[in-house]
Amino acid sequence: MTDQDTAQGETVLRLSGITKRFGALTANDAISFSLAKGDVVALLGENGAGKTTLMNILFGHYTADEGMVEVFGQALPPGQPGAALAAGVGMVHQHFTLADNMTVLENVLLGTGSLWSPGLGKPAARRKLQALAQDFGLLVDPDARVAELSVGERQRVEILKALYRDARILILDEPTAVLTPQEADALFLTLRKMVEQGLSVIFISHKLHEVMAISSRVLVLRHGKLVGETATKATDRHQLATLMVGAEIEAPAPAEARPGAVLMRLDGVSTAPQGNRPGLKAVDLELKAGQILGLAGVSGNGQGALADLISGLEAPASGRLEIAGHPVTGWSPRSALLSGIGRIPEDRHRTGTVADFSLTENAVLESYRDAPIARAGWMDWAAARRATEAIITKYDVRCPGPEARIRLLSGGNMQKLILGRVLEAAPRIILANQPVRGLDIGAVTYVQEQLIAARDAGAAVLLISEDLDEILTLSDVIRVISGGRLSPEFARGEKTPAELGQWMAGQGFDHAA
Amino acid sequence: MMRLDPIAAPSPARTLGLPALAILATIALAAGLAAIAGANPLETFGLIVKGAVGSRFATLETLNRATPLIFTGLAVAVAFRARLWNIGAEAQLYAGALMTVVIGTQLGLPGPLAIPLMALGAIVAGALVLLGPVLLKTRLGVDEVVTTLLLNFIMALFISYLLEGPLKDPMGMGWPKSPALPRDARLPRIVEGLRLHWGFALALICAAGVWVMQTRTTLGYEIRAVGQNPQAARFAGIPVGRVLVKTALISGGLAALAGFSEVAGLKGNLTSDLSPDFGYTGIIVAMLALLHPLGVVVSALFVAGIFVGADSMSRAAEVPTYIADILLAAALLFMVLAILLTRYRVVRG
Repeated sequence: MTDQDTAQGETVLRLSGITKRFGALTANDAISFSLAKGDVVALLGENGAGKTTLMNILFGHYTADEGMVEVFGQALPPGQPGAALAAGVGMVHQHFTLADNMTVLENVLLGTGSLWSPGLGKPAARRKLQALAQDFGLLVDPDARVAELSVGERQRVEILKALYRDARILILDEPTAVLTPQEADALFLTLRKMVEQGLSVIFISHKLHEVMAISSRVLVLRHGKLVGETATKATDRHQLATLMVGAEIEAPAPAEARPGAVLMRLDGVSTAPQGNRPGLKAVDLELKAGQILGLAGVSGNGQGALADLISGLEAPASGRLEIAGHPVTGWSPRSALLSGIGRIPEDRHRTGTVADFSLTENAVLESYRDAPIARAGWMDWAAARRATEAIITKYDVRCPGPEARIRLLSGGNMQKLILGRVLEAAPRIILANQPVRGLDIGAVTYVQEQLIAARDAGAAVLLISEDLDEILTLSDVIRVISGGRLSPEFARGEKTPAELGQWMAGQGFDHAA
Repeated sequence: MMRLDPIAAPSPARTLGLPALAILATIALAAGLAAIAGANPLETFGLIVKGAVGSRFATLETLNRATPLIFTGLAVAVAFRARLWNIGAEAQLYAGALMTVVIGTQLGLPGPLAIPLMALGAIVAGALVLLGPVLLKTRLGVDEVVTTLLLNFIMALFISYLLEGPLKDPMGMGWPKSPALPRDARLPRIVEGLRLHWGFALALICAAGVWVMQTRTTLGYEIRAVGQNPQAARFAGIPVGRVLVKTALISGGLAALAGFSEVAGLKGNLTSDLSPDFGYTGIIVAMLALLHPLGVVVSALFVAGIFVGADSMSRAAEVPTYIADILLAAALLFMVLAILLTRYRVVRG
């Protein structure tokens, strides 16, 4: 390889004065940094800080207004997505780009050669792939179909894809978001091996403990500016968090819960699987007043089915669903609402809001046919606007006004409106499905405090999250979902994260029950 | 490579300038074609405008021609708002016309009773014609574009059969047409002596009614929510299937009123050429109006004016009347493009 003779510590990637404006917004403001051989640089920043824009410029998806990118001393031509790849930069996206119906080997080869020579060069490719897998601890069967692989294995295929193309610089975008703690540890081991082999890594994350564990240097972005650049050894989590948000923040520390009556009970409930999504398997669950039950689990293990069930989108195929002691009949989203269930959906853009509706129209989505918003089929838009203005004030929704289209709002403000819509209906049961995913730290804290306040006011809260830290911070009791089954209930602090990780990986279910 | 990047908040220059540009582009294209046909473009446009609104007769002719287009345009606009792709306004129009003739000629009712009953019957018939495709869509997921489109042909053949058979006018000298409505079962003129019937007024009332329905009622709100984001609508407890069925009943009923108004207000009987594609042109009318019910009135008048004006122009100048079709097709395509470009920007790379 050409860079074998380069000295350790030589600069492999240099960004100089990258500036990118979208209208009035400066997404990247004169950002300069360089990456040395064997470096693991963590790129830290809240949502909207400009991390993704910067990577898109590096990859030629966007053209920078000012500044340039150099890889191994050569300037990259702007606006050409192939150039970065050819220069040896590989990227593993948060959402994988694999063909499910093809094998691992085929996925890796896809796009590397002519489509008209099937089989040609496959033995050599297989050898190269196996050597890479061995070297970096990325064990995966080259002949397995991607559809059969776990999320962690798919990520390994994505990394192998980049390495197969001789990437010397690897960019990982929020790589641990979909992994169990054990899988994340395995990933970190792989990254260390890469560094030993002289590769360089850019690691995009907002999880501080990972940044501390894996990186050698940290870059902090805020509002498009590089506000901090430091050796990881010379800093700590608190300092990084402060840099990231530009202010001191405190994680909410909920007081002791005082659980009351059981408000919702699932008794041996099963639901049918839908495509790749597993259904629930004989799930028993009790949600108590004044308690937050945290449901941990790796994405795609039945959280969707449980959320749909409680939201009213799906009825149990077997088993009983009781609310306040009464079995439900004719289960639908409307009856869930009328039963006093408030729902914060996982996807606030597609399920929680109508993008082209105004804030007012979105605020009354769940209450539009009842007084005072409507009478006898006629909308009272003045009343709707008043209710929306009350939510905007009370929940501090930053917006141009109640008539603005909600698509113009940031994720945090959109979520605050949804939160207001849910909480103003005074629900007795709250389903919070990934309520803070993708929000900046300020909004995260706000949403979490509101959930705790609702709990203290006597609501039963079911918190579904793939972020174990969030579950550990907020939950009074914890259960783990894996393959559509629920673990026993663990008290706060009863299990270590590693133990919960084992449950998340599906261990322990056979002895339980 | 080219991509489309969404624009979060389009500027007024974009939202107003691009549609204006679309109209200019349409005129430029038509001017070029007129020149190719050997006519003076300016003169050609002058003749079209004169033919459309240049005299009292021409203006009334345009209003008459606009009447069924307002109904079918509203039918399409209502349905498209809910993303219910009703391509079958033509079939619903004929169903309405058929019911109008059957009630008007077969029951022997006195006029004041017959006219409202004819209108009501037409609405029910049109609604029922669209009900089938919508139930197939909500229950089985059958694509309504295909079913509503194909129903147009089924309905055309069914009407032909009736006009050659059971509904054939015995006094019709062998022509395939239905018996005529009795005098007192026809829609009266708005002003005696002027050739404009109450169907036009009814169309305006319907446009206002649809506008009020869409902006002031819970049903209108539901229709918009279902159209913009069915997933969010369902999650919020809006009965998506029921809303689509209600939308279909309104849409089919409106299209059927076009048939009622043509038969009872203008023609007096049913023939298989009652509608020169009013149902399909309704799609153009609705799209040019950006699905706004009051805009439908304006765009129906515009479209009708072009047709009427082009007819008269082709008699005076040597330009074929097909230029009207080209004008409309171009206007639609440029307008759709303008709408796209107000919301997205083209990015290279």
